[in-house]
Amino acid sequence: MSETVTALKNARYSAGIAEISEIGPLGMITIRGDLDAPFVRKVAKKVAGVERPARGMCNSEGEAGIAWMSPDELLLFCPHVQVSEVLNRLHAAFEDTHTFAANVSGARAVFRVAGPRAREVLAKLAPVDLAPEKFTPGMFRRTRVGQVPAAIWLRGDGSFQLFCFRSVAQYMFDLLKAAAQPGSEVGYFQPTTEVNREKV
Amino acid sequence: MLILTCPCCHVTAEETEFHAGGEAHLTRIGPGGSEGEFESYLFMRQNPKGVHLERWRHVYGCGKWFHLARDTATLHVYGAYSAQTTAPPDHIRTAIKDRHPDWRWQGEVNQ
Ligand SMILES: [Zn+2]
Repeated sequence: MSETVTALKNARYSAGIAEISEIGPLGMITIRGDLDAPFVRKVAKKVAGVERPARGMCNSEGEAGIAWMSPDELLLFCPHVQVSEVLNRLHAAFEDTHTFAANVSGARAVFRVAGPRAREVLAKLAPVDLAPEKFTPGMFRRTRVGQVPAAIWLRGDGSFQLFCFRSVAQYMFDLLKAAAQPGSEVGYFQPTTEVNREKV
Repeated sequence: MLILTCPCCHVTAEETEFHAGGEAHLTRIGPGGSEGEFESYLFMRQNPKGVHLERWRHVYGCGKWFHLARDTATLHVYGAYSAQTTAPPDHIRTAIKDRHPDWRWQGEVNQ
């Protein structure tokens, strides 16, 4: 059996204003079809252990979860070793319906951006309003990061998990490192803290 | 800067998250059309300074196509609407006519 490796072999960068790490390997499965169909909701919950998320959100429990990608697409993730088993269960449930599930684990790279300045690092790169009151935990947003497509998920612990195509993993890592380089704090989100303090 | 709201995933973002797809509501001319009609279908486009109906794609987001009514000069957006239609819906026409009472959709004018 061949050994599974991620695109950058879990490269890390901790010298800057946020901690950047490539994580994985993560099991990732694309589901396309009618997301409101009861059998889709049912089997997704069975294999991922969480409800199908609302629009623009991601639900997770441990290493598994479901992200809302578009009106007809979900990204289901699970421990990498479980991918083929989960895929088999999905295929069995989707049989004879116009629903599609495919293993995309090897086609994606996943990064974690953590630390109090994580928001700032991503706000430099994506056309997304990342203000703390606008982009809240659980939100999942497909967008552009630098010059490539990516999805940004704000986890409950305050760290961001970023998904992109594996082919642009090196570009993404370099881009995140540049945006997190030492001394590059902007402090844009700091005033919010000041305002909150005044209210208290 | 042009700020758009995708009617498919309801995300609001600036234009670099989207991609313009040209004039909306073209009538396809097939093998039965005359050469003039076919040439017009392929190459002739409106280029208004003002109200324009266009196709757009949320290319870095949900990936869906949609229609957009906007002003090419002021970048005012009248609204976005479903790609699965061959004419601008009433609420879009009303939004445009609120600002430009004399505006007529080209598809109506041609009929
Ligand atoms: Zn969209």
